[in-house]
Amino acid sequence: MGKNTKRDTASGYEYTEIKKTNPVTRFITYIFLIFWALVNIFPIYFMFTFSLKSNEEIFGENIIGLPRNWIWENFTSAMNTGNMGRYFANSVLVTTASIAISTFAALMATYALTRIKWRGSKLMNSFLMLGLTIPLQASIVPVYVILSKAHWLNHYSTLIIPYSAFALSMSILISTGFMVDIPYDLDESARIDGCGLWKTFFAIILPLMKPALSTIAIYSYLQCWNEFMFANVFISDSAHRTLPVGIKALSGAYTTDWGPIGAALVIATFPTLIVYIFLSNRIQESFIAGAVKG
Amino acid sequence: MTDNTHKKRVDFGKGVTIFLFLLPALLLFVGILIAPIIVSVYRSMYDWNGFSEGTFIGLENYKELFTNGSIKFMVGLKNALLIAFFSVFVQLPFSLFLALLLGRKVKGEKTFLSVFFMPVLISTVVIGQLWLKIYNPDYGILNRFLEAVNLGHLKHVWVGEVSTALGAVIVPTIWQYIGYHMLLMYAGVKGVSTDLREAAMLDGATKWQVDRYVVIPIIKPIIRVSVIFAVTGSLKTYDLVRILTEGGPFQTTEVPSTLLENMLFLRNRYGMGSTISVMLIVLCFAFALAITAAFKDKEA
Repeated sequence: MGKNTKRDTASGYEYTEIKKTNPVTRFITYIFLIFWALVNIFPIYFMFTFSLKSNEEIFGENIIGLPRNWIWENFTSAMNTGNMGRYFANSVLVTTASIAISTFAALMATYALTRIKWRGSKLMNSFLMLGLTIPLQASIVPVYVILSKAHWLNHYSTLIIPYSAFALSMSILISTGFMVDIPYDLDESARIDGCGLWKTFFAIILPLMKPALSTIAIYSYLQCWNEFMFANVFISDSAHRTLPVGIKALSGAYTTDWGPIGAALVIATFPTLIVYIFLSNRIQESFIAGAVKG
Repeated sequence: MTDNTHKKRVDFGKGVTIFLFLLPALLLFVGILIAPIIVSVYRSMYDWNGFSEGTFIGLENYKELFTNGSIKFMVGLKNALLIAFFSVFVQLPFSLFLALLLGRKVKGEKTFLSVFFMPVLISTVVIGQLWLKIYNPDYGILNRFLEAVNLGHLKHVWVGEVSTALGAVIVPTIWQYIGYHMLLMYAGVKGVSTDLREAAMLDGATKWQVDRYVVIPIIKPIIRVSVIFAVTGSLKTYDLVRILTEGGPFQTTEVPSTLLENMLFLRNRYGMGSTISVMLIVLCFAFALAITAAFKDKEA
């Protein structure tokens, strides 16, 4: 009964699919999807518009409209008095270093775990995967005590080392997924050509892992860029604050002046969102890769 | 004989290579995660201010954690479990619903997917600040909206009143990660072969029946991962509580992680702080195992 079995092309299939749906249901579906999209866009719109408004507009009649006067000075004061430029640079530094360290350590470990045969490699892999379940909070007390005894709080490395460690398990998980897909014949022919394990890793495997790098890096980036607990506990001087801690400090200082806070939120968020607009598929893939085996 | 020693030497060399390849990862992993956990377990049995030697008190800290009301651990645990409950029974079903909907080839599904996922990318600190502005008693959108639609009597000091503070934390927590779980489930839904769907449709199944009896059973492993992430994530809640309520009013919105921080900075009780850490690890693993077991039961 009207069951159309035309499925030679994808578009033909789509056509029959939609045909079968009751138009009212379809209409409600779209209304719902658009509504939910607005719920998700609104906070970003709200943040952007109030970052350009004066208190009079925010507190007065124009609470959610577009700004009447675009007050870019909010950004200048967030950058200068609010120190957001410094915090931004700190976040870039800490995040980049953490990604570099954890990715390199993860690639090396993955090589040893997946491409060299040895007893215990499975066990070692499960051991390293414990990091997926272990909460960040688990190590905070001893690490804090050791760092403060060693006078090592308030450095960049205070955050870089723990961040690298906590990004490690996920990076290994993701790179394992990529590395087992590289044909093992390559290793063997390299062996026959006289390559040792080191040379095989650096000259053959690493270059082939390039596509994996972005997936690993994206995942670690979001973890480090947005991390708040360690940063809040380990960093107390303003020179080494990362963006999340900086924003908290700023909001404490500007309780009555919303514009610069909005500007600070925009500064912390828009780089990610702009990259997301161009790389949304890549970013989504990295989240999926991180969970498939999790 | 010579062959054998040669082989041994090769094996030894290979062993060294493997070790060297694993070394950076192991240094980080053991140094920052495993060793501190062992120290935490050890120190959880001490009355310790972090700098002196401390006194060994056995399991006293654990006993106190559950019996001494002023530590608020039971409150924190209850709150974390409540967040977990809403996560599993409100957030995940909604994520699944969105994933199934988008999995039906609606027009613009990629755009919707990307928009729904956006909040996941934003730092929880930023999300918290935005919601603070929304909740603001005088100028916040929420109260002003209520006033505009003549529901002024429903206005609250959202993050400052005992009756609303926890809800004010839960709503953004749940909202932010709907897109995350949706994405994972959507990936699963898309992995279900079109042939399988069509076969079921040809047998007269409605779309909802296809979802219920074909798609959901196939993506069960993904749902399991989502449940584990949702529960362990809830146990670890910290950011939004710190930003929105600071555990208040009257410590009614504390969660284990904020209590842990208080033990270090307000009370100088590092032994007790370690005890909370250990409890968190135990709870995370216990729930992860229990959830895995529960899903196995159902599959059998």
